[in-house]
Amino acid sequence: MKIAQKIIKFFTIAVIAVITSTTFASETGKKSHSESDGGQVNTQEEVTDYIKHHLKDSHDFTFFSYSTDQGERKHFGFPLPVILWSSEGLVAFMSSEFHHNDDGHVIVEKNGLKFTKIHSKIYELDKGATAVSFDETHHATNAHKTLDFSITKSVVGILLASLLMFLGFSALAKQYKSRKVPKGFGRVLEPLVIYVRDEIARPNIGEKKYKKFMGFLLTVFFFIWILNLLGLTPLGFNVTGQIAVTVCLALFTMVIYITNGSKDFWAHTLWMPGVPVILRPILAVIELAGFILIKPFSLLVRLFANITAGHFVVMSLIALMVTMKEAFGPVASTGMSLVLALFIMVIEILVAFLQAFIFTMLSSLFIGMAVEEHEHH
Amino acid sequence: MYNLIGAGLIVIGGGIGLGQIGGKAMEGIARQPEAAGKIQTAMIIIGALLEGLAFGALILGKA
Repeated sequence: MKIAQKIIKFFTIAVIAVITSTTFASETGKKSHSESDGGQVNTQEEVTDYIKHHLKDSHDFTFFSYSTDQGERKHFGFPLPVILWSSEGLVAFMSSEFHHNDDGHVIVEKNGLKFTKIHSKIYELDKGATAVSFDETHHATNAHKTLDFSITKSVVGILLASLLMFLGFSALAKQYKSRKVPKGFGRVLEPLVIYVRDEIARPNIGEKKYKKFMGFLLTVFFFIWILNLLGLTPLGFNVTGQIAVTVCLALFTMVIYITNGSKDFWAHTLWMPGVPVILRPILAVIELAGFILIKPFSLLVRLFANITAGHFVVMSLIALMVTMKEAFGPVASTGMSLVLALFIMVIEILVAFLQAFIFTMLSSLFIGMAVEEHEHH
Repeated sequence: MYNLIGAGLIVIGGGIGLGQIGGKAMEGIARQPEAAGKIQTAMIIIGALLEGLAFGALILGKA
């Protein structure tokens, strides 16, 4: 009976999902094939453009797109809201008004202001301008960027990960009120929570103080892990490969270990005991640079570069079936790209966990350095 | 062109470093199998630090 209920629930959700996405979807527009919006790709340059376009954030959520025989582009996905703080205040509209155009030819008028999208960035046209003009380096001359608070694809990814974490962990926390051992999905989550506590937080921060930082470490661990895994699904998220996201995560860690630094930490950073006095200011500069610049920088660059490189390699290997079609024939090139992409994909699943682990590990290591209290003799 | 040569040099350096870490960790585990867990954790941390250095150099080289 219970299983039947679950199956019915699952099918209802699936049907709702399909209906909503098909009603939102299927927008058409006449365009050339080689546009970097997910158009048809054949040559190596088009593949590179396509991958670069994927690595960036986008204002609409496209699962896939294809060309009909009449040369029409069909996009399957749904638009996302665009929220801008322009020169005349808040402006909001749906990204479908751009009709998937990405080179500044479609202009949207709102509140007497004109907006256009060039390479996934939204520009506001200057007063009196009716079309965008470019200089020879392909920069717009009569348009400027606005503050963009849009719900982009990455924001959707972050919200999805937050929702998953909220549902999973609040259900797990609720179970502890009535029983000792969780059941269902909680049984998967509990060992992971204990793993983060016993293998990451306790040895690095110390028995006395680790509890205060468990919230942050668990959040960061599961946030990065879930987003890394979402990036491997065909939904096409690349959230942890956005440098803005990793900068924010590294800044959180930095603020936490700087605000929680013990007296000993600051003494050892700014005025190192036990070295000649002349060396102390030099050491202070090096230590401060290390804690404020280098450690957060290495944290953010590692995550960003690993995920970006992973996506790039997977997409390049999938693209082999297009680029190698003429050299090896369709069957051989497809088989080759399938085997290689599968192999790299398995490694990427490992990397997704490893990067979440490393980020949490190094965060707790840095926090441990800052909160440590030395014994005075 | 030059940044491609630089990227190659970075990868060679990172490869030597990772090889050293991995090889020594293997030796350590073979000598003391009971310490395998601790050695692996330390190996991953040092590998990550090295990787951060190499990726930082790659990103700076690309910019």
